[in-house]
Amino acid sequence: MSLKAFHIFFIILSTLLAVAFGVWAVDDFGRSASRVHLALGVGSFIGSGVLVWYGVWFLRKLKHVSYL
Amino acid sequence: MSTLDLPYQVEPHPLTGVTSGKLGIWLFLASEVMLFGSLFSSYVLLRVGSPPEFWPLGIEAGLSVPIGTFNTLVLIGSSVTMVMSWASLKMGNLGAFRRYFGATIGLGGVFLLVKAFEYSTKFSHGIFPAVGWPELTDPSMFYGLYFTFTGLHALHVLLGILVNLWLLIWGAAMWETAPERFAGRIEIAGLYWHFVDLVWIFLFPVLYLL
Repeated sequence: MSLKAFHIFFIILSTLLAVAFGVWAVDDFGRSASRVHLALGVGSFIGSGVLVWYGVWFLRKLKHVSYL
Repeated sequence: MSTLDLPYQVEPHPLTGVTSGKLGIWLFLASEVMLFGSLFSSYVLLRVGSPPEFWPLGIEAGLSVPIGTFNTLVLIGSSVTMVMSWASLKMGNLGAFRRYFGATIGLGGVFLLVKAFEYSTKFSHGIFPAVGWPELTDPSMFYGLYFTFTGLHALHVLLGILVNLWLLIWGAAMWETAPERFAGRIEIAGLYWHFVDLVWIFLFPVLYLL
């Protein structure tokens, strides 16, 4: 597996973490009313979208590089 | 090829389909998976076997979620700059490689500085690896595992920074004589760096959120 393939795997897991963290943070806001955590949650959802966009951009940029 | 040169440093081995260096780093990373995997297994067994009152959520134990989130962003960013440095070499741009690679090292340093700040805060509150929860004498393993996990991870980050510094300052001379081989070395360093970042992607929710 090349760095390209490992990076894609890493970005997929990071995106999943960002979504899961967003859910956790919004849920925590419901319990603790922490505005910091709400902001982190919203930022995390936005970040997950940015990661998806970046992953697609990265795949296009390195389409000539092997996955091995 | 001289007698000292290892075979298949640039061209892939016909049996494995990868270079010798890449095969070596994946074997090394497999051993690292076993190391961190055993620690995660220990975490699960200790947590399941502990009474809930002795196993706090990270936020209850005083860990700062915003700081942990910041460090997670730093490491994700460092993976992006690392892969871009390798891609720059693939495109023959040594200047861009230096900028991206330097940024990777800098972000690794930021991560360690933040982690040192977190440690110093804990130490100033009398929290050390051997103390319990919620009272200092209670038999909780939380902080023992927290310091073991994050300390071992920080050591890996430090090792990555040192190797990357060597590659940036001295190793880059190889670009003049063997550019493909140098790009291969950066790819190997990138695989290690991604693995270390991947470990943090698991550590952050386990220690700070759950």
